[in-house]
Amino acid sequence: MVTDKIEDMDIEVLSSMWPEDIEHEAGKQFNVEKPGGDQDTLEEVTIVEEPTIVDFKHLLELTNYSEKGSSQLAYLVKHWEFKQANAVRLLREELDNLSRQRQESELKKLEILEEHRFEEERYGEDKCPISILDEVYDIWQEVPQRKNDVVVPNKRVEIDAEYDTVRYWKQRVMHLEKLLEASIQREQLLKEKLQESIKNLERQSSPVEELSQILKRADNFLHFVLQNAPVVFGHQDKELRYRFIYNHFPSLQEEDILGKTDVEIFTGSGVKESQDFKKEVMEKGLPAKREITFETELFGSKTFLIYVEPVFSKAGETIGINYMGMDVTDQVRKREKMAKLREEIAVRKAKEKELNKTIHITEETMRAKQMLATMSHEIRSPLSRVVSMAEILATTKLDPEQRQLLDVMLSSGDLVLQLINDILDLSKVESGVMKLEATKFRPREVVKHVLQTAAASLQKILILEGHVADNVPIEVIGDVLRIRQILTNLISNAIKFTHEGKVGVKLYVVPEPPFAKEGSQHGSDGSTANQSTTNVAKEETCPSMSQTSSDQKGFHGKKQEDFCQNHSFSEPGTSVMNGTINGTKEQAELAETTVWICCDVYDTGIGIPENALPTRFKKYMQVSAEHARKYGGTGLGLAICKQLVELMGGRLTVSSRVHFGSTFTFILPYKFSLSCDHSDDPDDLSDMADHGATYDDATAGFFHFQPNTLGSLFSSNGSRRTQKLTPHDFGYANSHKLNWFSENFYSFPMNNGQTKEMDLVEDACSVAEAVEISSKPESSFRHSPDPDNVSAICRDKHHQNVANGQDKVSTTDVSSRSETSREVDAKMKLTEPQPSPKRQEKSDTGYQSKLNSNREVSSSISKPKILLVEVNKINVMVTKSMMKQLGHTIDVVNNGVEAVCAVHHHNYDLILMDVCMPVMDGLQATRLISSFEETGNWDAAAKAGMEQPLPSSDSFQPGCTLSTKRIPIIAMTAHALSQSADECFANGMDSFVSKPVTFQKLKECFEQYLP
Amino acid sequence: MDVLQLQKQFVDYRASLYHEGFLDEQFTQLQELQDENNPDFVVEVVSLFFEDSERLLNELTKALEQQSIDFKRVDAHVHQLKGSSSSIGAQRVQKVCIAFRNYCEEQNIEGCLKCLQQVKHEYSLVKTKFETMFQLEQQILTAGGSIPV
Repeated sequence: MVTDKIEDMDIEVLSSMWPEDIEHEAGKQFNVEKPGGDQDTLEEVTIVEEPTIVDFKHLLELTNYSEKGSSQLAYLVKHWEFKQANAVRLLREELDNLSRQRQESELKKLEILEEHRFEEERYGEDKCPISILDEVYDIWQEVPQRKNDVVVPNKRVEIDAEYDTVRYWKQRVMHLEKLLEASIQREQLLKEKLQESIKNLERQSSPVEELSQILKRADNFLHFVLQNAPVVFGHQDKELRYRFIYNHFPSLQEEDILGKTDVEIFTGSGVKESQDFKKEVMEKGLPAKREITFETELFGSKTFLIYVEPVFSKAGETIGINYMGMDVTDQVRKREKMAKLREEIAVRKAKEKELNKTIHITEETMRAKQMLATMSHEIRSPLSRVVSMAEILATTKLDPEQRQLLDVMLSSGDLVLQLINDILDLSKVESGVMKLEATKFRPREVVKHVLQTAAASLQKILILEGHVADNVPIEVIGDVLRIRQILTNLISNAIKFTHEGKVGVKLYVVPEPPFAKEGSQHGSDGSTANQSTTNVAKEETCPSMSQTSSDQKGFHGKKQEDFCQNHSFSEPGTSVMNGTINGTKEQAELAETTVWICCDVYDTGIGIPENALPTRFKKYMQVSAEHARKYGGTGLGLAICKQLVELMGGRLTVSSRVHFGSTFTFILPYKFSLSCDHSDDPDDLSDMADHGATYDDATAGFFHFQPNTLGSLFSSNGSRRTQKLTPHDFGYANSHKLNWFSENFYSFPMNNGQTKEMDLVEDACSVAEAVEISSKPESSFRHSPDPDNVSAICRDKHHQNVANGQDKVSTTDVSSRSETSREVDAKMKLTEPQPSPKRQEKSDTGYQSKLNSNREVSSSISKPKILLVEVNKINVMVTKSMMKQLGHTIDVVNNGVEAVCAVHHHNYDLILMDVCMPVMDGLQATRLISSFEETGNWDAAAKAGMEQPLPSSDSFQPGCTLSTKRIPIIAMTAHALSQSADECFANGMDSFVSKPVTFQKLKECFEQYLP
Repeated sequence: MDVLQLQKQFVDYRASLYHEGFLDEQFTQLQELQDENNPDFVVEVVSLFFEDSERLLNELTKALEQQSIDFKRVDAHVHQLKGSSSSIGAQRVQKVCIAFRNYCEEQNIEGCLKCLQQVKHEYSLVKTKFETMFQLEQQILTAGGSIPV
């Protein structure tokens, strides 16, 4: 009971030490626990007292002076007093108890005595003293005597007076004696207890001892609780000098801390802040919490949560503070990390949003562009149908008025087609679909052809001239179609804006320009392009032809001269040696170098005002609305040129002076190989051997066209060449065609249109050449230099040659056929001598196709042989009928195997190949045919498991092999997807026609591919 | 009936075929192919189409009745049907064929069967339409008129 009370007290004392806001909770918590158990645990714990550094004297003072201390002390004292009082009270109760018992027993005694006396009175007569009883009585006497002398004598007196029977009295006495004994025993027990209590009382006499015990227990408990707590707490006096500090992980000695202030102990950030905070708390007299980050040498960077409460004296003045610090560095770090993460997440989300938006916009733009392209494409097909129908219409009998209307219709149609082609080109370049081809071409020829073409359609009195510097290689590698497109565009632009004077082209080699060295080889963004525009505008006059050519002569000029020599003198020899073309090709690749050729297109036209220069290459931009009205056009041309040039890794720039003319300059890199010429030897050789004009043409550096003077139209080598070429190249053509040709040629200066036609025939030649050379044929659309150019030829022809009754398709055919046949001729020349007898045999069997000469005869009837490979009867019927209508008869086979056989037995000029067929599909058949064309044998076909209705490869004649030119194979596929188109190209097909086939598609295809 | 009226009826009917999507411009091409040298070209081609299609539809029905369906075969047949229908401009048949081929690729029997029904339906529709049109043509010709282009 007593101990319990003490424990309770203990806790109450303890709890008052805690900060007020924790007190209740903590107090409650502790109250719940059984203090007895606590004590046990405490006993087990060994408490290290080191961490506590106490200024005991001050603590005592503190307890004396501070309000809290004194109240605690008072409480302890009061408690002690209460306990003492309680003990006294208990003792008193016990005493009372005892005395009451005694009274009772005495009362009992008295009763007994009275009884006895009564009996004495009743039986008073026979009283007889018995000795035994006396003895008993003696015992009786003794006991009460010790305690109370008064009662016993009374008793004895009264006993003496008894008078009953002896036995009765004896029994009675015995009973009473027993009672007495018990009573005595109780008395003794009580006495002992009393004694004990007194002793206890004596033992607990000192309050200080007890207090210190309690304090010690409290201290122990605190230590137990705080043993591992990451807290520091302490007391600082009015001057904020430490008087007490508890730190479980002390980094300083007692003497380093006590009596000093924070500022004296640490240095670093945060110290001053905490000091100020403490001061503030002291001044305000209200407890407060704060988080302070310390950056001290002592313990590095740490954040503490500090609780400070003021301590008041009894009088109510502040005498210091209690402070408690908790290391929350990790928490703070985590918290900061979280905040940072949250921030990052927010930022990322925002970015994501932005990106999504951008993607969305991009997609929209792409879709819009795609839409434009698709629309253009969709417009183009029907439009070209309209135009070609009109062309057909032009072949019929028309009166002059109708013809005039038709002409307008055609020219407008052409214009719209051109516009749509421009848009398609542009979107192709922008969407990155535009692929460049690397083909070998002769820059001089390109310049000449373009100028010729321009001269042909010239309707003004202008001089067209072309200069090609000597150091420009004879042959370079590049995308000739695109380069020609750029050049044509620039020249026609120049002509458009020039009313008198001249338009010219200058070609010369330049050193690698800085923009290429900057590493932006492939195209560049608009800003740099604009920059360079102005740059070049300034230095426009510098790179004059002579200057650069002389600069470069040391480098390129020599080389060029060298290989010119090679070309002309040592070639016959080398060509013989170059049996293996593959080997030379590898060499050629090794010897490839890049040459930068600059091309100026200058005019003496109206010029471009300086403020309009920067927008010159923007889409749909013209110098002014007035210009647009006056000169027409869409403003797409230059934009396309620029994009094409940049796509090829070059730059297009412009400089101009109003009224004096403009100069557009584009610099392009070309691959240029020293040995590349050799691989082409047979071709060149034949050219050289047969007509010296080619040589001249290859190196001629100056072209001049003056449309107003008849004779000088082909004042340069051009005329000679054409004259010479015509009879030879077209020699196989039937006579009336030749006649027509030469007739036209001679009457040609009279009529511009005719000139154009002539040029275009040549154009077509070079295109065919390009096709021959390029290893990977492109789509038919891209191959045509300009679809409308081709159609223009046709139209012109129709205009003039109605009398000839010449089918336009075959006319076009002639031009490109000339090229291929020339090549074939050349090859023949090389290989002819040996195999001819064998070939004779072959032709005798009738198995093998007609001989070269035979074939030429047959084709000179202008009936190209076409093979249709198609399984579907309906398709066959429809296609056949269309062909018939187009003036062709065709052979039909039903699958790939049959196609291969057919190709083996006959020479075809064109194959229309269904892709999806039973037995063998079109792709495989194409591969087999290509393999035959490349290797000259049917091994691949044999490997593919084809039976050999064909002669074995051994017996096959090289001569015949060579006579087989490469047959254009057009895929016919129902999948209009570009993927399947790619597949077709990958398998060696030249183009594809999407199903169902239409007139238009077939016609376009024939125009493109039929020789 | 009056030739003019017949001709008008014919033109209207033909227009309705285009309008309702039975035919597309490929049929126009077909008509263009018909000339003096080949006066029955369209009828010939279309008859061939009927013949071929009926054969293919029979094959397809058989193929799809099999326990284990040879989808490759089915696909080849449908491809043929698609090719011929597109060649004569029977575009509704052609469109069903496209869906049909997709189901073939997925090896979806249900879809294939559904498409077979559809394609049969479309085929019979277009066949009736063609026949009606040819009858009209015949009537015009017997009435001494010419087929309007």
